[in-house]
Amino acid sequence: MMNDVPSKRSLYDISERTKKRNAAEGRFRLYGIIAIAIGLLMLLVLVTTIIYRGTSAFQQTFITLEVELLEKKLDKKGNRNIDDIKKVSTFGYTPLLATAMQNALKENGIETDLKKKALSGMISKSAAAQMREYVLADPSVIGTTVEFRFLTNGWIDGYLKGRYTRESVENSKFASAAQFDLTDKLVEIGVIEKKFNLDFILGADSSDQRPESAGIGVAMVGSLYLMLVVLCLSLPLGVAASIYLEEFAKQNIVTDIIEITISNLAAVPSIVFGILGLAVFINYVELPQSTPIVGGLVLTLMTIPTIIISTRASLKSVPPSIRSAALGLGASKMQTVFHHVLPLAAPGILTGTIIGMAQALGESAPLLLIGMIGYIATNMPGSVAEGLFSPNSAMPAQIYEWAKRADPAFIERAWGGIIILLIFLLTMNTLAVILRRRFERRW
Amino acid sequence: MSFVKATVAAIAVSATSAAARDQVHIAGSSTVLPYASIVAEAFGENFDFPTPIVEGGGSGAGRKRMCEGVGLNTIDIANSSSLMKEEQWTTCEATVGKVTEVRIGYDGITFSTRLENTGFEDLTPEQIYLALSDKSEAVTWADVDASLPALAIKAFIPGTKHGTREVFETKVMLAGCKAVGTYDEVFAANGGDKKAAEKECFKVRTDGASVDIDGDYTETLASLDANPEGIGVFGLSFLLNNTDKLYAANINGVEPSTETIASGEYPVSRPLQFYVKNAHVSQVPGMKEYLEFFVSDEIAGPDGPLAEYGLVSDPELEATQEMVAEIN
Repeated sequence: MMNDVPSKRSLYDISERTKKRNAAEGRFRLYGIIAIAIGLLMLLVLVTTIIYRGTSAFQQTFITLEVELLEKKLDKKGNRNIDDIKKVSTFGYTPLLATAMQNALKENGIETDLKKKALSGMISKSAAAQMREYVLADPSVIGTTVEFRFLTNGWIDGYLKGRYTRESVENSKFASAAQFDLTDKLVEIGVIEKKFNLDFILGADSSDQRPESAGIGVAMVGSLYLMLVVLCLSLPLGVAASIYLEEFAKQNIVTDIIEITISNLAAVPSIVFGILGLAVFINYVELPQSTPIVGGLVLTLMTIPTIIISTRASLKSVPPSIRSAALGLGASKMQTVFHHVLPLAAPGILTGTIIGMAQALGESAPLLLIGMIGYIATNMPGSVAEGLFSPNSAMPAQIYEWAKRADPAFIERAWGGIIILLIFLLTMNTLAVILRRRFERRW
Repeated sequence: MSFVKATVAAIAVSATSAAARDQVHIAGSSTVLPYASIVAEAFGENFDFPTPIVEGGGSGAGRKRMCEGVGLNTIDIANSSSLMKEEQWTTCEATVGKVTEVRIGYDGITFSTRLENTGFEDLTPEQIYLALSDKSEAVTWADVDASLPALAIKAFIPGTKHGTREVFETKVMLAGCKAVGTYDEVFAANGGDKKAAEKECFKVRTDGASVDIDGDYTETLASLDANPEGIGVFGLSFLLNNTDKLYAANINGVEPSTETIASGEYPVSRPLQFYVKNAHVSQVPGMKEYLEFFVSDEIAGPDGPLAEYGLVSDPELEATQEMVAEIN
């Protein structure tokens, strides 16, 4: 055996085993690329679906009409007494719409077989309220003819956006092919047009009967108040807790338990905080239901662990030499922390806070339990206190609410709402990245 | 810093006044929710009071929340698609004082399927019972009745927490059960125990041919998208909003519509109502006005917006109006 000539093998030859190992590495790289590709593809599908379905919500169909504000309908006594005029409800204004439509058709020489009800049915139910508000603001307009720009009904809007066709409304009680024919004619002469709809971004929610006038604005303000509460409470509490734990507390079993508890809290499902909020803040403290103050408190509970964890991590990453130098020069422990350690850790803390808040912003489950999901069409709050203590919804809650309504026009709005919510989240996350990039020190 | 101070001051001031509430707070049935939101919106537009808040959550949950106690951090009105049971009346009134039931109209329940599934134009409770009862072994609708299409049986019915389930059980399953004769058999076998016989009739099959939907009708609609041959149970107003995708079967030859439900010809319908906590009427500004506005002719009448959306107007609305006028 010993005489066997050892196989002469150059180092440059690749052995079977090496080939196998290289192949394994190659395969692993391929898996990695596939995994990334799948991830990117999913993201692409998600983003394109959202944009494809949601962008149409930012446009709405409007109809411009000259409405004669008849005195005999709106102010029967003719004395322009605001209290008498107020007695005429929106139902008293609706007949004016049909007349206005008929006049517009006559003026443009368009003939139609549609009855009065079908004609005024092409206009959104919000039109009557729009006219009433206008009249109440200045009763002297009664008796004059005013040009209004109304929203069209959601079905007409859906037709122009391709959601409905003449065939698909064959069995419908709310729209007809004849209305669509008329719509085409009115689009031609520019009476009906599709325009950017700012009210979707700034307006309030609407009832199931008028999806066309629903907006996410008030819910957006609700979300901002939630974030205000979360920021004002969770940042100081979270930072104070982590500074104490990291810099002052002795390492013993108690701090260990606290540490484990905080890590566990960060993993608790958000709905649990919602139940807690209902039991403590509403039933025990008796704070008002459905209000951003309660929602903010609940989300604060959820955000504090995230902030504590990231703050402690960034405090830990400040090198001990900084502390030693400060202490060596005679600074007290507290001076060391507040003058030297905290400023150096600040970018990390802010990043953690922003990410925690972004998480809270997208949360809807706990809000369900404290009554922030539902038909909540309040006005824009006039003051900070009103914003905190009057009922409101939040963006994700509003999206959820829209997604479960019967009229498909609300689904479009839900997608549109998702776009707005994503813009907010993206902005916050970008801000976090920028802060980290610009201010973080590496040691 | 001054902004922070101002904020804190403002919060402190309003915290003391937070106990008072400006708007009516409503929760409950998701079937009543669209109607209540239409009324709430119109109320906000026409009165100087703020728009009431309407939450969903289901009939049972709404009534439970209303019965929790008196106080402005509890809701004022519970929407409900099922009637409150005797025991609940007693316990509820013991906690919150007098409660008033206000019927707002009727709701039809339809058996709907996608437009491309032709052949389901007519169904009877008997056929539905034979297809969905736990004793059924039918695989396709043709097994039940040769006149029906040979499509696999796949029904999406409301889950047990829905008020709609009760109607499905009593107006469809029980009716079918009696027509087939199973009811009498069980009734006789159990020595005349009516409850046991009914319970036996309510049982739906558990082999996957019948699926309970615990969510809203949108979830049922999504299930039909995933199972195009399926049949779903929808409220009439939901169907009216989705006639581009669905059509409803006639039951016993009667087409579901507001007219046939009002006349009582269409068999599967139920009353919709809300329960009012009387103790709150004097405390919540606008509550009395909201109640009167809800049952007024221009809202709940046959030509009002609720009827337009699919609610079947109550022929005895006038009596309801008189009753509501007396709540205080």
